[in-house]
Amino acid sequence: MRGRLIKDRIFELVVIAFSLAALVPLFVILVYVFKKGLPVINWSFLTHLPKPVGVKGGGVANALVGTAFLVLIASVTSIPLGIWAGIYLSENKNSPISEFVRVSVDVLQATPSIVVGILAYIWLVKPIGHFSALSGGVALGIMMLPMVVRSTEEVLNLVPHYLKEASLALGVSYPRTVLKVLLPSGIPGIVSGILLGVSRVAGETAPLLFTAFGNQFMNWNILKPMNALPLLIFNYAMSPYEEWKRLAWGASVLLILLVMVGNIISRMVSEKWKVKF
Amino acid sequence: MKKRGAFNFSLLVAALAVGTVLIAAALSMTIASLPALRAFGLKFFFSPDWDPVSNKFGALPFLLGTLITSFLALFLSLPFSLSISILSGEYLKGKKISSLLKTLVDLIAAVPSVIYGFWGLEVLVPLVRKLEISLGVAPYGVGIFTASLILAVMIIPNAAALAREVIELVPSNLKEAAYALGATRTETLLKVTLPYARGGIMAGILLSLGRALGETMAVTMVIGNSNTIPKSLFSPANTMASVIANEFTEATGDLYYSSLIAIGLTLFVVTAIFGVVGRYVVNRMKIK
Repeated sequence: MRGRLIKDRIFELVVIAFSLAALVPLFVILVYVFKKGLPVINWSFLTHLPKPVGVKGGGVANALVGTAFLVLIASVTSIPLGIWAGIYLSENKNSPISEFVRVSVDVLQATPSIVVGILAYIWLVKPIGHFSALSGGVALGIMMLPMVVRSTEEVLNLVPHYLKEASLALGVSYPRTVLKVLLPSGIPGIVSGILLGVSRVAGETAPLLFTAFGNQFMNWNILKPMNALPLLIFNYAMSPYEEWKRLAWGASVLLILLVMVGNIISRMVSEKWKVKF
Repeated sequence: MKKRGAFNFSLLVAALAVGTVLIAAALSMTIASLPALRAFGLKFFFSPDWDPVSNKFGALPFLLGTLITSFLALFLSLPFSLSISILSGEYLKGKKISSLLKTLVDLIAAVPSVIYGFWGLEVLVPLVRKLEISLGVAPYGVGIFTASLILAVMIIPNAAALAREVIELVPSNLKEAAYALGATRTETLLKVTLPYARGGIMAGILLSLGRALGETMAVTMVIGNSNTIPKSLFSPANTMASVIANEFTEATGDLYYSSLIAIGLTLFVVTAIFGVVGRYVVNRMKIK
């Protein structure tokens, strides 16, 4: 009996040890990035363009603007479509079309980001003839779409059917019931899903490599190549210049903060603002 | 009533549009990769020569690169991710600290892969180089081993989250029955909980493998970009994703471009299968 109890203890300790060991590299990475990147960040880092090699200073203003644009384009392309499709799935649970769309959503979610980049290239870069922020934004939108569809469907499935029945029994039309009763009850879940999607695609590099492409200069035209934080990190990290790597560390801290804040707000929205039935 | 019809129709159109994205994706990539598949046939997947200069393209080095790095990463990460999932799904189940651990792991999973790659390039590569010197192999620093290490770190949170989900789903009456028979916690875990959750854990592994197969940036930055068949664990190589990331913008010839897309299509098909099977198994567990 004693032997078994000792074995039990040992196993528990091993599990705890492995778990802690797994968290170590993850923390090491975060600490390292912040140690390198935090000192770089100041006002001029946020408001200036990158300087040419050999010139000290410079900032990542163009990448910040670019990331904002790309996320905006991604949101415009994926959120309305995703919510609408999510409503369809939750309102038509067992139709064969729903089954097909659900599988499509699963596959889209599993599609590697580099493949999404290829798609945006075939659909938008080749026909237009050059790289553009638009194609990058659409690539990110394709990645966000399954997340929006799934969070909408899941949250609408949680809305109790008596709410819908009460509304219909009062003579409210079906479209109004969906838009004024079902959708508002599900809004926190949908918003939280969207925020999670935004913070995920904001950090994506691979779909932008041959779509948004990157740009040394400030650009406000979505039909031209545009820089983005992850692209800037990649390009400068692979460069041999210390000054550029310094910018990349600063940009890494910004990107991590952006992604984490998005994640945390998403969590807060879904927990604090949860509609209970 | 007419309004209702129009509304329903708009919903249907949106749902079909989502499905259409997928079909269009498969179709347009297939069409774009036809020239390469027609020129090389099945040999495309078995030929080790990737030579843009003489217009010869074989994807074998990249298939091997992807397989080796992904499985090595999975193998390295498994004990850690399983431990985390057991810790939070069983030992700490229901406690405040479990949800804290969960949040922490989720946040770490959200760190963009380009940052993992940057860290790997600056910190891990010199470390691996030192190791290689002490082992007496060519000290590249970059290569399959380095890429697998980074990948392993990246998929731990992923696999852990999925495995915890299914471990938490194991009915407590089964576990209680084992305790009532005098089993210790470890025995219950190893003989009841884990076997019950086996299918779901396998599915979680499949989903993280899918993630590892398609992971691009971190791997691209530390694998060394060599288009030959890797000779050892430490040699530089390329994966399917990293060769696309590196060469797509430079692909001048039609055949070159088409070959890269054919690699993308392969990646797409494989991850789609893994994704669908994995999801199916996890969902079935949940319904039970």
